[in-house]
Order: sequence, then structure tokens, then C-alpha cells
Amino acid sequence: MTALDNLFTKVRSENRAALIAYIPAGFPSQAGCQRVIAAFIAGGVDAIEIGFPYSDPVMDGPTIQAAAVTSLENGTGAAEVFQALATASAQVPAVVMTYWNPIEKYGVKEFSAAIAANGGSGVITPDLTIEESQGWISATDNSAINPIYVVAPSTSDARLAQVTAKCSGFVYVASVMGVTGARTSVSTGAADLVARVRKTTSLPVAVGLGVSTREQAKGVAAYADGVIVGSAFIKALQDAPDEETGLAAVTELARELAKGVREGR
Amino acid sequence: MTTEPQIGVSQILGHFGPYGGRFVPEALIGALEELEEAHRTSQLDPEFRAELAELHRTYSGRPSIITEAKRFAEHAGGARIILKREDLNHTGSHKINNVLGQALLTKRMGKKRIIAETGAGQHGVASATAAALMGLECVVYMGEEDTKRQALNVARMKLLGAEVVPVTSGSRTLKDAINEAMRDWVTNVETTHYLLGTVAGPHPFPTMVRDFHKIIGEETREQVIALTGRLPDVVMACVGGGSNAIGIFHRFISDPSVRLIGLEAGGDGVETGRHAATISGGSPGVLHGTRSYVLQDANGQTVESHSISAGLDYPGVGPEHAYLHDIGRAEYRAITDEQAMHAFALLCKTEGIIPAIETAHALAGALQVGNELGKDAIIVINLSGRGDKDVNTAADYFGIPLG
Repeated sequence: MTALDNLFTKVRSENRAALIAYIPAGFPSQAGCQRVIAAFIAGGVDAIEIGFPYSDPVMDGPTIQAAAVTSLENGTGAAEVFQALATASAQVPAVVMTYWNPIEKYGVKEFSAAIAANGGSGVITPDLTIEESQGWISATDNSAINPIYVVAPSTSDARLAQVTAKCSGFVYVASVMGVTGARTSVSTGAADLVARVRKTTSLPVAVGLGVSTREQAKGVAAYADGVIVGSAFIKALQDAPDEETGLAAVTELARELAKGVREGR
Repeated sequence: MTTEPQIGVSQILGHFGPYGGRFVPEALIGALEELEEAHRTSQLDPEFRAELAELHRTYSGRPSIITEAKRFAEHAGGARIILKREDLNHTGSHKINNVLGQALLTKRMGKKRIIAETGAGQHGVASATAAALMGLECVVYMGEEDTKRQALNVARMKLLGAEVVPVTSGSRTLKDAINEAMRDWVTNVETTHYLLGTVAGPHPFPTMVRDFHKIIGEETREQVIALTGRLPDVVMACVGGGSNAIGIFHRFISDPSVRLIGLEAGGDGVETGRHAATISGGSPGVLHGTRSYVLQDANGQTVESHSISAGLDYPGVGPEHAYLHDIGRAEYRAITDEQAMHAFALLCKTEGIIPAIETAHALAGALQVGNELGKDAIIVINLSGRGDKDVNTAADYFGIPLG
């Protein structure tokens, strides 16, 4: 059982959803990322996703693309990702979200082992298909961490069953067809997709893409086990006149969202 | 001569040895499966094949001719140099072969909108052309840097009714245009077909695009045998993503006496790090949905490529080329900007043919290989595109004042 597995057991017993916050390692700086993690904790997030910035993020909208560029300019590599992961996982369950090539370049077994060694619970791989996952599944089994896959509204029922069978920790539901980024509304399709996912698995289901407000978090928490927020936090940091103001805004947003995930049921 | 070639390359689940496959968001799996099925059934459908053959004959002008380049050959050790004239196709390059095939598949799948990426503009122009012909909406993503280098092609696409979106992210070249096209596709996949222009990307693209271009090699093999009485010693082509190269190579893979040589863009020289020679200077990795050779750093971040040729300026390469390289069936060499521009000028002055700068890399390779093999050798070059689009770049390079 990973810390993430235990978290979902706990929030289920509290009849609420978990709040999962995303920040790329090295953003807005290496030290700044450590402070963002502290701001997340102060605001009451339940789990943290550390992003491995990547040069070709095809699943990400302009906000996270810009953060990835900044992070890469700050010299972020695997070492910095693992350092941020260790900081986060010392306080709450933490996972890494990364496109596949950085894992392959680092070494599949070695990457999985490093996640475990730094206290990480799992890895979200948005562009790894189950067909290409053989080595990854055995590596994550050996390291006793959660391989977490992303499913989309276009995923067929048959395919959902195949993907969730490979998943552990939780199933990441992309709420809309599209890239990451804050949206004015969360697609109603997300609830349908969560219902379809639940027919294939008893794993917790967390919804991401487009959640940025307490009201949206409340709406998603009505039917999901976890609410994932990324771009809204990054935008708060990007829009702030200085880092102190940005960090205060992150904590405030986290507090609001933490209320939201407790109001859904 | 009429027997089908043995396919020398594994295609199980779109893999070529350890290369190929699918590394994409789950959101795209349904569309890729639909495309794979449409491609598979269309290949077995006589009506589809007849419709495509008719377009080749009456619209793009196939079969393209071969031209023996005797005066150019004097500079290539006296070897016989034969040019496969894909530059004479409608829209001026080999790209039309793939575009017409995929546009027909788009209609077969009931989709009304195509998106495409382009570097030099050749694939964008070909896509805009096919969209106009078949009444499809067309959006072309092009790196902002490339829209400047290839302003004429931007105007051509607009005249043909396409929307051209300049891409300002990343290195603002072909790689980033593909990222932006994939983001569009993830968002609009129900109505939109991504008309990828090369033999890279997730399965089925490398196989499907190869299948639409293999006619180049099939025609060439018959034409060269008719002209010379035998198989050529060498078949050469430039390699960016690698579509024109795989198109002319494929029919010859099962002819072991024929050397296949791909010429990559060496930019300032592979040793300088400023190049786009992915096989010569890269390492295995995943980019744009497929495993192949990639220009990357120690963290698996894609490294920016450099080439005078916008169409070769790409840090990836098709997975089938990676496999042909690893098993030793094809060789890959890097040609610098300077070597390519020398060959470009030479073909202009010896044969009265202005090649695309992409193609000039293959011509430079032929000068090397011709001198290595001597005058009994027969070398075939895929003259993949014409150079009208490159006149500004070439004039600038050679110091020819414009206007």
C-alpha cells in the first residue's frame, strides 16, 4: 500500500474527495518550488503532483507550457524532480507526472526505483499507452509504486477496462477532450466518464483538466474521489507581481478548493 | 520483376524492431484505431485504389519520369546518375502522394476538417491543395521562424484557401508545429483528421504514409531497369522525417545488391552540435508519439535542430529508418549546409534543374558516393522537390541581389 492508497481510504471514510495539486519541479525556481509545496500544505491540499518539465508537452495548454519553459531554463532535470518529490512526500502523498521520454532516457527500472527512494507513491504517464507499458508495469511492481494512467472522454468502454486494469493508486480522468488549462466550466462529460470508469474498476477516480474554483471543485467532488488542479495554481503565480504575493494566492486558492472538495456530497 | 517484394520489416502493432509504436494521450487512441482500420480496408478496396490511381494519373501527373543527369555525373566520378523527378509532381514535390491518399481517407472516415504541420511549406501546400480539391477545411500549423523563411509558400497556402497558423512556442520550427497540431487534434479529434506529412508519429502513420509513397520506388525500379537493363547499385534520398526516402527505398529493400543511403541535414557539421542529423548524431528515444532516434539531452529533452533546409530541420526521424539503420540495411550520412548548397548550385548549372534545398542534400551525397564507386556505378537519386520556394534562401546564400 502506498501513501496515496492510504489517502484515498481516509477520504472515503470522511465521505469527501481529495484535493491534488500540481506544480512543475523548478517552477518558479528551484527554491520557489519548495515554497510552493509549503504553500500547498498550508492551504490544506491532500496530495501533490510534481511535474517533470518536458520540451514537447503535447497534452498541455499555454499556462503549463510556459511554466515548463521557465523550469527548463532553471536547469530542471531528474535530480531536481526527485528533490521536489522528496520535499512533498515528506508531508503528504506525492507522485510525479511526466511524459514518457524522460523516463526512458533515465532508465525505466532506475526511474521507478528513484520514485520509491524519494518517498513517491506513483507516476502519472499521460502519453504512455498500455501497449508500450510492459517494462514499466514490471518496474513499478518491483518498486511498489502506483502506475497511474489518464483516460479521456473518447476512450471506449472496452478500452477503459483494459487501461484501468493496468492502473493503481487512482484513475486519472481527463474531463474534456483537449489540453490542460483553466476553463470557465467543467465539462458535464466528466461525470459520465467517471461513471463509465467505475463500471470497470473499484480504484479511486480523480478528475483533472479545467478545475480552478471552489464551486468547480465542489461540483466534481460530488462524483469523483479526487480533484486535480494545476494550471490555476501556476496562473496565480504567473499573475502575481512578486513571489510572496503569488505564494499567498496559492495558499488562499488551496484553502478555497479544500473547502470545495468537502462540500460536494 | 513483377513479384511483390518481401516486406523486410516487422509491422506488428506498428513496430519496426524496437522502434515505432504508439506513445500518445489516451484521447487519441480511438482516432488512431479508426485511421488504422480505414487504411487497412482501403488498401483492399479496389474502388479506393482506382480513385487514388486516377488522381495520380490525371491530377498529380504520375508516373513521374526519370532523367539521366550526364553533365552532373561528370562531377560524381563519372557514375551514371539517374534522377527520379518527384519535383515534377503537381505542387512540386513528392508530398502530394501521401496527401491525396490521406485526404481520400479523411472523406472515407466522414471527417470534414484536416490539420497539417509544415516545415518548408511543401507538405502544407500539398495539404491545402488536396483540401481545396476535395472540399475540406484545412488548417496548417507552421513555425513562426519557418513562415519567414518560406513566405512564398505561406501565400500559396492562403491562396488555396487554407488557414496558416504561425506557431510561436518552443523553437518555432517544424517540431513545435507538430506539437501544436497534436494539441488541436486532441481537442477536435471527432471532426478532424491530422494529415501528418511524414513517416513519423504514432502508428499507423509511419506505415500508412510509407504505403502512399512506395509508388515512387515501384516506378523507379521498373524505369531504371528499362533504361539500364539492371538494378541500380545505390538508391539515395534526403532524410528529415524520411518520407521521400522510405518511398523510394521500400521497393528495393528486398534487392540485397542495392545499397540504400539516406542523407541527413548536417547543418554546420554534426561535431558542432548545430545539425538535424538525427540518426548520425542522435540516440533512441520517444518524440511525437513514436520511438526512434531523437536529438535529445541527458534528461530526454528534445534538442533544437539546425539546418539551412526548413524541411529537414527536425530532431526526429521515422522509426522504419531507425530500424533499417540498426539492421544495416540502409546507411545514413550527414551532409553539411555548405555541401548541400554546392550540390544545389551544381545541379542548377549542369542540368537546368533547380532542386529543393532538402533534395540538394541527396545530390551532395551522390557526389561523394559517385566518386567512391567510379564510373560503372548506377546511382538513383530521389529528386524529391523543386527549388522555386528556396530562391530567396539561395540568393541570400550566394549573394545574388534581389530586385
